[in-house]
Amino acid sequence: MDKPFKLAVVSAGTSDPSSTRLLADRLAQRVGALAGQRDGSVTVEVIDLRQLATEITTALISQLTGPKLQQAVTVLGEADGLIVSTPVYKAGPSGLLTSFFQVLDNDLLIAKPVIVAATAGTARHALVLDEQLRSLFAYMRALTVPTSVFTAPEDWNDPSLGRRLDRAAIELLLLMESGFATKVRDESWQSYQHEFGSAGGTEVSIDLNSDLMRLAAGGSAA
Amino acid sequence: MQFGVFSVSDITRDPVSGYTPSEAERIDAIVRIAKKTEEVGLDVFAIGEHHNPPFFSSSPTTLLSYIAANTSRLIVSTATTLITTNDPVRLAEEYAMLQHLSKGRVDLMLGRGNTAPVYPWFGQDIREGLPLALENYNLLHRLWREDVVDWEGKYRTALQGFTSTPRPLDGVPPFVWHGSIRTPEIAEQAAFYGNGFFANNIFWPKEHYMRLIDFYRKRFAHYGHGTPKQAIVGLGGQAYIAPKSQDAIREFRPYFNEAPVYGHGPSMEDFMKMTPLSVGSPQEVIDKTLTFRESFGDYQRQLFLMDHAGLPLKTVLNQLDLLGELVVPVLRKELAALRDPEVSDAPTHASLVKAAYGEAEPRQARPNANRGDNLAGSSPYQDAITGEG
Repeated sequence: MDKPFKLAVVSAGTSDPSSTRLLADRLAQRVGALAGQRDGSVTVEVIDLRQLATEITTALISQLTGPKLQQAVTVLGEADGLIVSTPVYKAGPSGLLTSFFQVLDNDLLIAKPVIVAATAGTARHALVLDEQLRSLFAYMRALTVPTSVFTAPEDWNDPSLGRRLDRAAIELLLLMESGFATKVRDESWQSYQHEFGSAGGTEVSIDLNSDLMRLAAGGSAA
Repeated sequence: MQFGVFSVSDITRDPVSGYTPSEAERIDAIVRIAKKTEEVGLDVFAIGEHHNPPFFSSSPTTLLSYIAANTSRLIVSTATTLITTNDPVRLAEEYAMLQHLSKGRVDLMLGRGNTAPVYPWFGQDIREGLPLALENYNLLHRLWREDVVDWEGKYRTALQGFTSTPRPLDGVPPFVWHGSIRTPEIAEQAAFYGNGFFANNIFWPKEHYMRLIDFYRKRFAHYGHGTPKQAIVGLGGQAYIAPKSQDAIREFRPYFNEAPVYGHGPSMEDFMKMTPLSVGSPQEVIDKTLTFRESFGDYQRQLFLMDHAGLPLKTVLNQLDLLGELVVPVLRKELAALRDPEVSDAPTHASLVKAAYGEAEPRQARPNANRGDNLAGSSPYQDAITGEG
């Protein structure tokens, strides 16, 4: 059996128990079960954003990364795939969730597969995931799986929710099995924008042959 | 090892008294703070540069020359001088002038600043900030070392046969520090020229600086200026001191909570854990400051931020007394005992003159009579080597 896949679950649910967290957990459980059927396995780390709320706002306004936020960054940096689950408020994903992703380095999630999932009080929010959350991950060069999982109250007693969970889960698992993220990172990492110390502090290579480095060493601007 | 204070020059309402000092009051106060810095036995006073309220320090060389005239030993410096939006020709002229008036008691720290609108105010493009900083310093470096400069670059009008006056005091330019928190190109430039590298160290966790300082040390050695340990490193810090720890915390908390930049954000306790801020007894400030050396290696200059966030002048002067009497003497002793003998001191005018001339007389630039133009190529100074013998 190969090394287990590392799955990071990010939940912006706020109550306890939270249906947003429940949705994420069900997805994670299905990814795990599917992997098991295919002779694989999955380890799951949960990032509960409620517990990071003050560190996230601090990071937004002062560039200071607290210890819990730093731990979350480490988990995401090492993850093979993500499940991201949020409540919908005022026709958009929770500000806690978007704030969290806004303080992360642009290159932290490059090529990683992501399931986006949401809970909402009404089916009228159904397009929030596809229209708002996919663009966030597109910006971060992450790869959202074809099936997003939106749930209004009526979905929780509809068996078709289970089928959509399975569909999203197999999509994520296949992308992880393909090794796409690892291959992109191995073969094409330098073709994305990075800063010194970005990618959660792991990007520490310095290109001494750039135009700017030549200028730094007394040369001329390109 | 040099110790000093650096000021952002903010004019902030005192959150305890509700009083906002006038520009006039704050400018008078900064002169008293600088004089006090010397009185309590510290070595350096550095001022920031800003071009918008609520800051007053738009003209650092005017302020620093006044301070230099009112002190006798203090090195005046900047934190930072904007190498992006200032014309390097004016920087060369102004800081050389300050160097003469202060009898060599000046160095400067170059930075890019953190106020985005400054770029358009001075006709520059923030997206070009980094190459602008690098190119401008390349020119500044030459203007202080070559009597006649022909120059062409991307960001500034070309120069033909230009001489920056006055020539640096004793023919030795002011020492330059390059300030940066996460830009390897700035560290590379500091290393290439054998200049100092300063990490302001205030806002970010230390891991960010450790990587950059390590890179700077390696490149300093690569360019043949000495060993990595001999590279010239400066660090910022921030302290509030009271004889008893709990008094320091109680007194400083209202200022911390309302401080520009980090106020209304993290708790003071978290900020102390995650940054170099120390609020406490002299011993606690000493202990925290000693950890900087453990992270960054032996270094040459430690500056403390002591006067921001609306702290009243009386408090700041008292803080300087505590810093000078109870903290810095202990730090000097402990750091000296730990110091690797291979490590250099921060360059001063005297040490730079000695390095350049040994026991010989330093250069005194005496211009030739005005010949009507300054473009003919050879130096306009009497000691010019003409090549014709």
